[in-house]
Amino acid sequence: MGIIKSKNLVFEYIRRDEEGNVEAINRAVNEVNIEIKQGDFVAILGHNGSGKSTLAKHMNAILQPTEGDIWIDGKDTKDIDQLWEIRKTAGMVFQNPDNQIIGTVVEEDVGFGPENIGIPTPQIWERVEKGLKAVNMLSFRKHSPNKLSGGQKQRVAIAGIVAMQPKCIVLDEPTAMLDPNGRKEVIDTITRLNKEEGVTVILITHYMEEVIGADKVYVMDQGSVVMEGTPKEIFSRVDELKQYRLDVPQVTLLAEELKESGVSLSDGILTIDELVNEICQLY
Amino acid sequence: MSIILDKVNYIYGSETAYELHALKDINLVIEDGQFIGIIGHTGSGKSTLIQHFNGLIKPTSGSIYYNGEDISDSDFNKKKLRSKVGLVFQYPEHQLFEVNVFEDVCFGPRNLGLSEKEAQLRAYEALKMVGFEEDLFYQSPFELSGGQKRRVAIAGVLAMKPDILILDEPTAGLDPKGRDEILEQIKTLHETTNMTVILVSHSMEDVAKYVDRLIVMNQGEVKYDDTPKEVFGHYLELEEMGLAAPQVTYIMNRLREKNIPVNVNVTTIEEAKEEILRVFKNR
Repeated sequence: MGIIKSKNLVFEYIRRDEEGNVEAINRAVNEVNIEIKQGDFVAILGHNGSGKSTLAKHMNAILQPTEGDIWIDGKDTKDIDQLWEIRKTAGMVFQNPDNQIIGTVVEEDVGFGPENIGIPTPQIWERVEKGLKAVNMLSFRKHSPNKLSGGQKQRVAIAGIVAMQPKCIVLDEPTAMLDPNGRKEVIDTITRLNKEEGVTVILITHYMEEVIGADKVYVMDQGSVVMEGTPKEIFSRVDELKQYRLDVPQVTLLAEELKESGVSLSDGILTIDELVNEICQLY
Repeated sequence: MSIILDKVNYIYGSETAYELHALKDINLVIEDGQFIGIIGHTGSGKSTLIQHFNGLIKPTSGSIYYNGEDISDSDFNKKKLRSKVGLVFQYPEHQLFEVNVFEDVCFGPRNLGLSEKEAQLRAYEALKMVGFEEDLFYQSPFELSGGQKRRVAIAGVLAMKPDILILDEPTAGLDPKGRDEILEQIKTLHETTNMTVILVSHSMEDVAKYVDRLIVMNQGEVKYDDTPKEVFGHYLELEEMGLAAPQVTYIMNRLREKNIPVNVNVTTIEEAKEEILRVFKNR
C-alpha cells in the first residue's frame, strides 16, 4: 500500500439552519480513489472550490470522510487512537505563513511541534537545527519571525514540519502569497526535501510552472479526480485543462501556439531547455 | 486627475530601535488614464507607496499633490480624496460583511452621504461593471466562490466612482481562469471608463500582458519606471532584486545565445510566437 491511499472517499459539508435542520448538502469530495507512493512528488491541481483543500485536509485527519476510507501509511484516519501517529506521519503547510507562526524566535517556533509530542529537550534542539538546515534558514535561528520575508516565513513553517520528521508533507498553496523569489525558495526547498531526504511531497497549487518537476499530477473538478498522469501527459491536454479553469505553463502554451502555426515541435514541452533545443534543431 | 509625489520619504517607527526607511525620495507622476503596474519583492515598499496615493499614510517628508492641491494642507478634503482614489486591498473578500452582495456594495456610496436611490444605482452599475450575475445579487457574500467574492469587493470600491483604482494583488489565490477573468474585466473597465488603474502584482506575466507603464520598487526606491518591454530588458538586475522576467523573455534570450536571430525584447506569448515564426520564415 502507498503512503496515502483513499478508497471511494466522500466528504460532505452540511449546512444547517438555526434549528439544526439540514438546509443544504455540498459534496466537496466525491468518490476519490488515489494512491500515492512513498517518496513521490505529487501535485494536485483544480480551480477554486474543486475540492483540493478538502481532500488535503483528509491527509492528516483534520477532516474525516463522510463515506469511504483514507489510510495514511496504512493507518485508517477514522481510528481515533492513531490520530497522533497520523499527524506525525503527514505534516501540513498552509497558504498564509502569518497564520502558522506562533513563536517569537525562529528556533522556538520550529521546536514547538517536537516539544508538543514529548521529544526530550536535547533531541528537540537537534531536530530544530536539522529542520532549519533543511530549509536553509539556520543563520536566522535567533531572529524574530516578524522580520522575515514571506518566503522565509514559509520556509520556517516548513522547518517546523520537518522537525516532526514526517514521511510526508502536504502543502496547500504554499506560494500563493509570495513574490517570485519567495516562490522559488519554497519550491526549491520542497524539491530538495523530496529528492535528498526522500520525503513524500503533496503540493496543491495554482501555478502551473511549479508542477513540471512532479512525478504525478492529479486534476480535480467538482470533488472528483478528473485527470491523472505525469506533467507531460497532463499538460499536453491543453483544451481539457482549460475546461477545468486551469492553464498550462507559459513554455507549453508557446510551444502549442507554434505547433498550430506549423512548427513541428513534440507534444507536452514543459521546460525552457526542451523548447530551446527543439527550436535549435529545426532552425 | 493626476497624482504627483515630490521627494516623498516614509519612515516606520521613526527614532526608535525599529526605524525602517520604507520609502526614499520618491518622485512620481501618475497621469490620467494610464494602466500602471507596480512590482517589487516583499518589503520593497509597494504597499507603503500605494497607501500614500489616497492619503492613508502621511509622508514623513515631501509632498503629495492631487490635482495640484497639496493633500497635507489643513483645508484639503481627505474624505473626497479617498472616494476618488479607490484602494482594493489584498484578499479584499475578507472585508465583506453585509447580509447580501447588493447591500455590501451599497455600503460605500451610502457612507459618502448619497441618497438611497443613488447608492443603489451605483451599486447596480458597479456590480455590472465587474461582470457579476444579477441572480446572485441577494446571495450572502460568504457563499460565493473566491473569484466571485473578489468581484464583489472590487465592485464595492467602484461604487464610490473613483478616478483612480488601485488594486493590491487582485488575483492572489485565484485559479488560472479566475485570474484571467478578473484581469480582463479590469482591462475592459480601464478601456471603457478611461479610469487610471494601478495594479500591484507578483506575476511578471500578468503585468507584461496588461500594463503600459511598469514601476519597479526596490528597497524603498523606484528602480525602474518605463514600459514593461524596457523594464524586462533588465532581467538580470530584476533577478538580483528578487524579481524575474516573464518566462518568454528567458526563452528569447536563450535562443539568442544559441545564435538564433530573434529580437529579445519580447514579453508576451503572442509576441514570442510572431517573433519565432518571423525568424523561421527569414531563414
